[in-house]
Amino acid sequence: MSAIHCMQLCKTFKQGDETITGLDHVDISIEVGEFVCLSGPSGSGKTTLLNAIGGLDTHDSVEIHMGNIRIDQLDKGSLADMRLHNIGFVFQAYNLIPVLSAQENVEFVMQMQGIVAHERARHAREILKEVGLEGMEDRRPAQLSGGQQQRVAVARAIVSQPQLVLADEPTANLDSVTASHLMNLFSRLNQHHHITFIIATHDKRVMGYAKRLIKMRDGKIIGDEKQTPVAIEDVADSSG
Amino acid sequence: MSNIALRLAWRNLWRYPRRTWLTVGAMIFSNSLLVFSISLQFGSYEMMINNTLQAFTGHIQVQREGYLDDPKMRYVLPDITAMADRLRSSLDSNQIAARAAGFALVSSNDRSYGLQILGVEPEFEPFVSTIPGLIKQGRYLDKDSDEEIVIGSVLARNLKVKLGDEVTFLGSGRDDSFAAGVARVVGIFETGSADLDRSMAQVSLAYFQDAFTMGGSGHSITLRAATIDEVPMLKQRVKTLIAGRDKLVVLDWEVLQPGLKQAIQADMTSAWFMYGVLIILVAFSVLNTQLMSVLERTREFGTMMALGLKPSNLARLVMTETFMMASLGLAIGVFIGYLITAYLSVVGFSYPGMEEMADKFNLPDRMYPNVSLLSLTLGPGIVAIGCLLAAIYPALRLYLLLPIEAMRAV
Ligand SMILES: Nc1ncnc2c1ncn2[C@@H]1O[C@H](COP(=O)(O)OP(=O)(O)O)[C@@H](O)[C@H]1O
Ligand SMILES: [Mg+2]
Repeated sequence: MSAIHCMQLCKTFKQGDETITGLDHVDISIEVGEFVCLSGPSGSGKTTLLNAIGGLDTHDSVEIHMGNIRIDQLDKGSLADMRLHNIGFVFQAYNLIPVLSAQENVEFVMQMQGIVAHERARHAREILKEVGLEGMEDRRPAQLSGGQQQRVAVARAIVSQPQLVLADEPTANLDSVTASHLMNLFSRLNQHHHITFIIATHDKRVMGYAKRLIKMRDGKIIGDEKQTPVAIEDVADSSG
Repeated sequence: MSNIALRLAWRNLWRYPRRTWLTVGAMIFSNSLLVFSISLQFGSYEMMINNTLQAFTGHIQVQREGYLDDPKMRYVLPDITAMADRLRSSLDSNQIAARAAGFALVSSNDRSYGLQILGVEPEFEPFVSTIPGLIKQGRYLDKDSDEEIVIGSVLARNLKVKLGDEVTFLGSGRDDSFAAGVARVVGIFETGSADLDRSMAQVSLAYFQDAFTMGGSGHSITLRAATIDEVPMLKQRVKTLIAGRDKLVVLDWEVLQPGLKQAIQADMTSAWFMYGVLIILVAFSVLNTQLMSVLERTREFGTMMALGLKPSNLARLVMTETFMMASLGLAIGVFIGYLITAYLSVVGFSYPGMEEMADKFNLPDRMYPNVSLLSLTLGPGIVAIGCLLAAIYPALRLYLLLPIEAMRAV
């Protein structure tokens, strides 16, 4: 069964009199447990595609299936619930809540998911340890480096074992060492927890980690191939 | 606090501590001001009511129908002493006294003045009126008082009489006959109200009935309740007790002293108008603060929505923040207001322009605010509700947010 199945996905943006094409009849199927990179130059439609899959934006003519659910037919509230319980998001700009500590950032989403307090705390500490942030649970985002903040964001995205993680340029603000730590983490989570990853990037090194590479240009898919990912360093690393 | 959402709300307040304190400060200021002025208002109303009613009017009077509007001598309660006795034993209270009243020309050797002469039951009058307790010279009437009179200090000065002097009075009796008598001044009272002190004299009811050919009748039975709140209940009981007696009415202080009620209502209206303005100002400052705080967090809210939070979750967050701010303003404001008010309720308080009102309603020249649960919570409670209402608009704006657009905001 496909994790994601989109048919004839189109999206246009109106800017004044101009109509800009974001997505141009995109067909795509992604299976459970895949590790996919969306690559392509800036403006090729990667973000627009991720947003459509995540139910963050409306689209013109589409069918998007996630498992058995037609997510293009869900109302706003059901979409929110689906994101809350089934999808983890990682953004380019981390987007942590500045007044909450690392652990609280992770726990906040869990509280919204309805998980009881003592389980939240235990689970949040476990997941922060897994992303290599043991000992930094009580730091606020401002007291963490960019790489550490992005790992908190990853911890927040994966803490409740979503089916799918959508990451939009997750390494764009990271140095190369930190970026490779993050990609190692993603690969490990993909292997150990069978979480499906879709990562939009135009960073060559990131693409190396993908098992499947989808190339986009001008809102169209222009290439789609399986590949053997680079070997991942299977060590939890707390640097970066 | 294991609830992260509450922690988040609390910390959000202190992202901009100065702005939050300004808003909370406005609440504190208005809450303590409201506590003080409402306590003062309640205190002065109580004083106005007590001083006016206790001096003379009482809380309730039983009269013949029509007597209030047109006090004719012949509108009487027959057998009034027996009736007063029955009320006293039925109600198990001695704050009940019979009276008769007539108009007379009172003369000393030098001068004459027209005034009201009151026949009272000397043993019960002190329980319904403060005048017997305000005798400055001599003594009050007693139950054997015959041909004795007590008069106000201004009247004594006007008539140029002193204790032991005799005055004559001339009036008309119940049957329009000529009523006259000579009485010895045994006491001079001073209430502080020039009006009362100038225009009233009291004799015993028996002597009055004799002189004014009243037979056994009188004009009113005055009752005092333990507190003003018990008046309606007492009135009802009296009504039941006199049911069947023809043409008698039971009147409460609001009818007996319409001016008092009107003065209180007028004061209340203007006060609440000012409070309303104050509360609206505070509510607008909350509206402004919360609108700003929502707008500057657009991006953050967009992220939260992308993570799966609904506008209702975000709206609840904003309302929680407002509730915390309002609670803070309420707690500190009530506390400060209480301290100020409690202090002034001991040492008293006066303000310019107060003499006019004080004179009119026979008040002392210092006011004593009356701190009560109601005066502590009424104003601040309305402020808190106003603030929560004001936060509804910023909270509702969250329903317009689209996660993608919100996340693009700076
Ligand atoms: N909100 C928008 N308004 C107008 N045009 C947009 C908007 N979002 C994206 N686009 C346009 O859609 C195309 C695809 O953008 P995007 O998906 O962000 O590309 P990528 O993420 O690959 O850089 C671009 O031409 C971009 O300018
Ligand atoms: Mg993009």
